Amino acid sequence: MTTVQTKQEISETNRRRYEELRAAGQDVTPMGLPEATALDGAPIAPETVISREQVPAGWYATVRLRRGEALRIVEDTGHSSVSLIGWREEDTSERINCADTVKVQWSAAISKGRVILSDMGRVLLSLVEDTSGAHDLLVGGSTPASTLAAYGATSRNTHENFLSAAAKIGLGLRDIPPCVTFFAPVSLDPKGRFLWNSGRKRSGDFVELRAEMNLVLVLSNCAHPLDPARPAASGPITLVRHRAPPPAQDDPRRTTSAEIIRAFEFTDRLYA
Amino acid sequence: MTSPAAPLSTQIIPDAVYSHDIPAERPWSRVLRQGQTLRIIDSEGQQAVDALLYCADNPAERYSAQDTLRVQGSAYVDLGTRLISNKGRVMARVTADTCGQHDTSAGCCSCESNAARFGEATKYQHACRENFILELSKHGLTKRDIVANLNFFMSVPIEPSGAFTVVDGISAPGNYVDITVDMDVLFVISNCPQINNPCNDFNPTPIRVIIWNPREM
Repeated sequence: MTTVQTKQEISETNRRRYEELRAAGQDVTPMGLPEATALDGAPIAPETVISREQVPAGWYATVRLRRGEALRIVEDTGHSSVSLIGWREEDTSERINCADTVKVQWSAAISKGRVILSDMGRVLLSLVEDTSGAHDLLVGGSTPASTLAAYGATSRNTHENFLSAAAKIGLGLRDIPPCVTFFAPVSLDPKGRFLWNSGRKRSGDFVELRAEMNLVLVLSNCAHPLDPARPAASGPITLVRHRAPPPAQDDPRRTTSAEIIRAFEFTDRLYA
Repeated sequence: MTSPAAPLSTQIIPDAVYSHDIPAERPWSRVLRQGQTLRIIDSEGQQAVDALLYCADNPAERYSAQDTLRVQGSAYVDLGTRLISNKGRVMARVTADTCGQHDTSAGCCSCESNAARFGEATKYQHACRENFILELSKHGLTKRDIVANLNFFMSVPIEPSGAFTVVDGISAPGNYVDITVDMDVLFVISNCPQINNPCNDFNPTPIRVIIWNPREM
């Protein structure tokens, strides 16, 4: 016997599911997230290193990662911030999506154990190591206007870095989505105003991102627009591309929510 | 049961040049000329309205949620918010608002993100991104051109901890928001079809758009 649900019943069923997912995503998942990586933790086995480069203050790097490779981003001086965008190599219309990343994980704060999603319900990157946990997905990178307002003159900035990097792989302004900025301790007060928490920046902080699909990433090493330091905070960053170890017990593949388990399934199907 | 806002346009805005009811779950677009004002009326209340803006002369320049929030210094859209492009220009301003809270961080729903959020069965439900793709195709634009959008009448509080939740909308029947454009703007709307979270009270409903010209100086 089939039963036909009324509109009211569907609405009640969907509300109940939403509340269950919310409770799981906001009350349960955060308790299972791993501790931050120690500053001297998670050494990279030398034989797994594919390449290493240092990016000077104000500049950018384009990095291609194969699925299963990882990129460690080290904030050498504790002064800079690193903005990131990225596309799926085989189809650049699929790209980083900050809105889905925060919405699907029920959190605008990402840290070790979280993921960064594409716009196709798939996992772009996993945050497998993170000493900082202070990253921004809401405010974005610096621009010509923001540097002019902050420093009295237009200086190198993330918007123009992204444009230059995109142009060199055949992409343009239309392909540049909102970015994630690492080592950018932005939080909100109860009224929704953005705050900058300088105390959460340390020399040697690093994140490690594992590629869950074949990717082209662009990283811009510029001061975050909310960073109050004058003159602009700046310092080099180091990028280490390496073959990622197998997923650990506290890996995002094992620890996160029903939503992210599904997102990993959808991603794996691309390469099945 | 609330009644649709049928006579509102002519009674409240005698110099309206355009009025249209967008059915539940449907898209809409129109080029607004510099100085014109678009009123979006949440006719029956608690209805999320997803919106994207493009510079009519060069659509590669478009609304940027992150630039808008950076310039404003806070996370929600309300009266006085300047809508900033990805080239740092003011595209439009919120010039009236009877609702009081709108989102621009949660993006639009898509078949693919719904499948991850709510289970694979929901992949085959209509979504805002389907609307945006179809409506943008009329203007030579594609999925590439969909960026983080505005969500009028959608309540998405972000806690100091970062906790991020779509909650029940606070807009009452007839609440409206006015957007006055500072340049010629292609304005694209998806009247959100989402039935898996509270943004539409699990029941998508029609909205009304009204456009009027600037008053003579």
